[in-house]
Amino acid sequence: MPKIRPTPEEFSADPAAQEMLIRADELGISTAFTRAANMTPCNIGSAGLCCKICGMGPCRLTKDGQTGVCGATMDTIQARNLIRAISAGAAAHSDHGRDMAFILKAVANHEAEGYSLRDIAKLRLVAQEYDIPVEGRSPDEIANDLADLYIAQFGQQTGVIAPLKRAPEKRKALWKEQGVLPRGIDREVVEALHRTHIGDDQDPEHILNHAVRTALGDGWGGSLIATDVSDILFGTPAPLLGQANLGVLKENMVNVVVHGHEPTLSEMIVAASYDPEIIAYAQAAGAEGVNLSGICCTANEILMRQGIPAAGNFLHQELAILTGAVEAMVVDVQCIMQALVGLAQNFHTKIITTSPKVKIKGATHIQFDEHHALTIAKEILKVAIDNFKNRQCTQIPQVKEDLVPGFSHEYLNYMLGGSYRASFRPLNDAIMSGRIRGVAAVVGCNNPRSKQDYLHTYITQELLKQDVLVVETGCGAIASAKLGLLLGEAGLDKVGPGLREICQTIGIPPVLHMGSCVDNSRILTVLTQMVEEGGLGDDIDQIPAVGLAPEWMSEKALSIATYCVASGVYVIFGGSSPVSGMPDRVADSDLIAKYISAGWEELFGGKLEFIPDIDEMVRQTLAHIDRKRAELGLPAYDPSHFGRSGDDRMLQLENLSLAEKRQLIYGTVKN
Amino acid sequence: MSRYIATRALRGANALVYEARRMFERAMREKGPDTPLAFPNTAYYLPTIFGMTGLAVERLGQLEPVMEHARSLLHPVPAEKHWTPYLGETLDAGMATLLAAECIEAMRFIYKLQPEPFPGFRLAGGTAFTSPDNGGGETALDGHLNGPIDDIQLRSWGIQLVDGRMPGFAAIVGAAKSNAVAVKLVRELQRRNILTFLCGNVNGHSIIHQLLEEGVELGYDTYTVPFGTDTISAIYALGFAVRSALTFGGLKGGQARDILLYNKERVFAFVLALGEVDDLKYAAAAGAINFGFPVIADTVIPEILPTGVTTYEHVVSMPFNEIEGADDLERAERLVQKCIEVRGVKVKVADVPVPVPYGSAFEGEVVRKANMRVEFGGKHSRAFEYLRMVDMDEVVDGKIEVIGPDFSDIPPQGHMDLGIVVDVAGRQMQKDFEPVLERQIHYFINGASGIQHIGQRDIAWIRLSDAAAQKGFNLEHLGKILHARYHADFGAIVDKVQVTIYTEADKLQTWLAKAREAYDYRNKRLADLVDSAVDEFYSCTLCQSFAPNHVCIVSPERLGLCGAYNWLDCKASFNINPTGPNQPIKLGKLIDSKKGYWEGTNAYTKVGSHGAIEQVAMYSIMENPMTACGCFECIVMLIPEANGVMVVSREDPSMTPAGMTFSTLAGIAGGGLQTPGVMGVGKYYLISPKFISADGGFKRVVWMSSFLKESMADELEAVAEREGDPGLIERIADERQVHTVDDLLAWLEEHNHPALLMEPIF
Repeated sequence: MPKIRPTPEEFSADPAAQEMLIRADELGISTAFTRAANMTPCNIGSAGLCCKICGMGPCRLTKDGQTGVCGATMDTIQARNLIRAISAGAAAHSDHGRDMAFILKAVANHEAEGYSLRDIAKLRLVAQEYDIPVEGRSPDEIANDLADLYIAQFGQQTGVIAPLKRAPEKRKALWKEQGVLPRGIDREVVEALHRTHIGDDQDPEHILNHAVRTALGDGWGGSLIATDVSDILFGTPAPLLGQANLGVLKENMVNVVVHGHEPTLSEMIVAASYDPEIIAYAQAAGAEGVNLSGICCTANEILMRQGIPAAGNFLHQELAILTGAVEAMVVDVQCIMQALVGLAQNFHTKIITTSPKVKIKGATHIQFDEHHALTIAKEILKVAIDNFKNRQCTQIPQVKEDLVPGFSHEYLNYMLGGSYRASFRPLNDAIMSGRIRGVAAVVGCNNPRSKQDYLHTYITQELLKQDVLVVETGCGAIASAKLGLLLGEAGLDKVGPGLREICQTIGIPPVLHMGSCVDNSRILTVLTQMVEEGGLGDDIDQIPAVGLAPEWMSEKALSIATYCVASGVYVIFGGSSPVSGMPDRVADSDLIAKYISAGWEELFGGKLEFIPDIDEMVRQTLAHIDRKRAELGLPAYDPSHFGRSGDDRMLQLENLSLAEKRQLIYGTVKN
Repeated sequence: MSRYIATRALRGANALVYEARRMFERAMREKGPDTPLAFPNTAYYLPTIFGMTGLAVERLGQLEPVMEHARSLLHPVPAEKHWTPYLGETLDAGMATLLAAECIEAMRFIYKLQPEPFPGFRLAGGTAFTSPDNGGGETALDGHLNGPIDDIQLRSWGIQLVDGRMPGFAAIVGAAKSNAVAVKLVRELQRRNILTFLCGNVNGHSIIHQLLEEGVELGYDTYTVPFGTDTISAIYALGFAVRSALTFGGLKGGQARDILLYNKERVFAFVLALGEVDDLKYAAAAGAINFGFPVIADTVIPEILPTGVTTYEHVVSMPFNEIEGADDLERAERLVQKCIEVRGVKVKVADVPVPVPYGSAFEGEVVRKANMRVEFGGKHSRAFEYLRMVDMDEVVDGKIEVIGPDFSDIPPQGHMDLGIVVDVAGRQMQKDFEPVLERQIHYFINGASGIQHIGQRDIAWIRLSDAAAQKGFNLEHLGKILHARYHADFGAIVDKVQVTIYTEADKLQTWLAKAREAYDYRNKRLADLVDSAVDEFYSCTLCQSFAPNHVCIVSPERLGLCGAYNWLDCKASFNINPTGPNQPIKLGKLIDSKKGYWEGTNAYTKVGSHGAIEQVAMYSIMENPMTACGCFECIVMLIPEANGVMVVSREDPSMTPAGMTFSTLAGIAGGGLQTPGVMGVGKYYLISPKFISADGGFKRVVWMSSFLKESMADELEAVAEREGDPGLIERIADERQVHTVDDLLAWLEEHNHPALLMEPIF
């Protein structure tokens, strides 16, 4: 039977993407969307039942009772595959964190060109968390000590990694009891690889116990360090106005798209793009200037802090190039498709790799070095500007939306009480009263196996109508941004009555953009503070909250899921399950799937489930929230109690003449 | 916030901070940076500024960093579309508004514009402003509004705020829909003993004008304090709140967050915005919300119902015409009820069936001779009151009998004899509680508007106003008050109450004799009631609602520092409420009889102070002295050079030899901190044989406020006799002659004060 190719509308919910997919079709260019349609996933591999860790295999298990050559059971093989994915994800995040810590050290020693310590207040606060003396010391001295401490976490061999102390007391005690306290960030990753070498750990539960330890080293270690240091170096985010989608590309300017995950180089490119020398250089090349935009989490990093527009999320990387208007796409690490290079050859776009860890055959490599960051950033921009003259026919979709990002943990605290009364009390109160039914983190990637952005935005919108406050990071946040859900206005007409009152009281969008995927660590510290504020139990697993990654695809997503589960969160993934097994052919091949759900829930209070049906994801989310509310003894969710706050009546009154207004100010007389 | 409110509040804040800055620049030019700046007779400098920033402003020039800080708290107004959040920003702007408002009021003092001149107005009761030229009146009470509440008043209200007699305070801003509504609102608040601050206006007309037009007395005595006719003067309400936290909460200047949370959790206050709300009112309201004080408006304004910064709703709109009610007066009553509900104010109101308004707010009311219908007691007649415990079957509950003629035949402003005999019975009643209950007659009767009660026992003195008599108040109503209040307040120990009022001469004399017998018996019982005669003291943690780590230990010979609770009171209180603030402390093993240490008292101190204090010496000021909340009647403080102590009463605003006034000293003595050499005490402790007996006793007193010398002359003479030094009181210096240590030493030498010859105090 011939395959029916999906239409652009089926590929993506985003009209900008649809327009570019039509263009790709017209130009006869393949994209991840079409390649996914043409590539059927390996059914054994996707079930987690293909073992290729030694030369005796690969062993493909498809029948009841089958084992690998070495005798490894299906469960062992699934567990080993899962922990390897989790470890790779943890390694990616943590290695990012390590580089940030090194830069902090270099900045403290004045060895990093162009960088400075922008958020001294956060530096001091974080340092105090670890009892690093701050009084009477210069920021450089404090930063030096903090950098040393953070760098040491990666290679630490024994004890417990330091940032873990920021978790709730009860949770830490639980981790200790379960033997999952990470000793050193790198050590757990190495041990995961060791344990899954041929002939080592072959007890699935024991393997997955270590997966938890490895992932905790990411969430409460590497990722948390990355977020802390990024805030210290580039400023802790606070709300500002930004834009998202391909429409941010500009016809009359040199378009440089930064893509990847780290803020270090992209922040320097932002600085360089304002440099008069660069602007003059661009103008000399016939452009009005340099227009910077981002893709993926590099976009989120500079969007959160500088308001630099986001051209799109993961699946937009090829689409941006398809506009023909991008002079250079500058990439660092993670989620960069090799297809970019081949695609770019159809246009004038230069793909510039910059990380010493990432080279792509055929790309231009300009290696980043923090000691000369600004110089390198300018060099990159000049390459892009020089390329402006090569631009051919362009097609920029006129689709973009405003958004208000910038919701760091610190700002959440401030926005709920100002400088003097900052606290989470109003948030906890809102949940306790039922104005906010619960909280959902809708995060994660794009995946061409499902309609781009659709799962993210459908779930987000359904939850908002049910008065669930949504926080987002990564590509999910950009998906919602493209739909206007990250604006205060969405808090007026896209939400239930209780959440509307909260949005209006604080002035927030109903979806809070908390940063890049490494910034999921912010969600951990936020949950911890919610616990500490009181009224929502004494540990994270008691909070009416759910984490969702409807369009996940990366191994980092699995690591995030695991540390969230271990922290007590119910995590729902959409799409396919890496441990799905083959229930139609193999009885009980879902043992691992059950273990990471019911098994982990018993141990940690959180669980990981893969739910392909979108409405079922929403149902399970609400059911979990309602169950947690009931367990806390909170009133059952009832939106009919709420919604009286607001400006509407006053605004009507304002429109009247002074005389009428005078008359009605005391209200209308009854009877 | 709502975006509407945020927009207006931010606009108002920006305008006021700018105005303050302009005024500051002008004052700096005209008066110079060294011009002294203060609110008279208040401690803690400019209190909101001191509390929020830690800056102790005493000179004009020192306002510069305050202005700068206020400016840094400002933000632009939210955008029309695609706005960024505004709640935190608006709360900050609200704080900026308060700081600017306090700067402005302080600068107005320099220009003699504060307290606000108000020709023809007279405050009811005391005031801080002793300078009669301010406002052009003849006395300190004339010709101006109140301005900030002075420290004496703050402290004397303190105990009422903590024991619940005064459930909270209301800051009314603006003007009511009509004068009648204004009066009704204030009466409703008074009826619930809620302290009411008045300020602001609508189109130039203030609730202060409205109340004065209706002849309502305003001032400390009536719990209604007129701050000023503009919104800026509302800062005095917030300053009062800050000072409460500093005075009673043991907090220090600059502990802004703690001070604000203290108010959110412990001070039940709210803002009632009457009439149209303008930008500045929104801005000031945003400031008040920082304190956890909600805002209720009687007009249409956007509501902010979610909670968090305040305990309940932040902003509530009750458009006056939409309140259910037969008429405006009923609507006013409902409005007050709503305010109480929104702030969660706990109000106890005993329903007292008398034809005049009734509530603690009327306790301070004075009935002047000119307005008097009749008086009982005083110079020309005799009045007594006697409460006794009798058996259950001897009392008919609710029976009130007047034996003898009423006062209808007495000419206006005349007098007659009166005896009040109260018979109570109850299973938990004890004979020891008789005096405790009897003393309540004073408070109970005073609560009726138009009735004034002074004194006790057979020196009671009751005045009835013309107004009260015209409303039909008669002698039987005295009995009704007592019956209602004893049931309401002492229901746990009193089951039945019967009151007999005697005016018939023979019977009155008979009962007077019986009463005197009882007084004698009680005096003897009290004299026998010494610390060594009991095996338990009582704790008093009543003030922990305000001073979280302070605990009073009340013994027969040392009453509570507020003067309101002695050992018998505590015992009765424990019987009324066995889980309440007064708990028996089993003394256990005596550790040191001289200094007053027992195992029981030490153990309790540690528990009661939540570990803040390890032990307490009952009889020493030098070693582990008892801590204080802030409601003390006097401060005793070591003067090392004089080898003795001074005693300052809270009524005394003068400079003491310690180089500090009562207000400043109070900051050291209060807040539950143990400071050797400083102690807040009740004034009757001064005459106890156990008064700092470990340090040498009463002979150590080298200086004492003349107020004490005069008001306790007889008692102090008796102490001098007891100490074997009959002329001692005259040899104690006071503020009329001595203000410095040097003067004091000269005085002591000259008068041969015994302290100089005593062994060194430390």
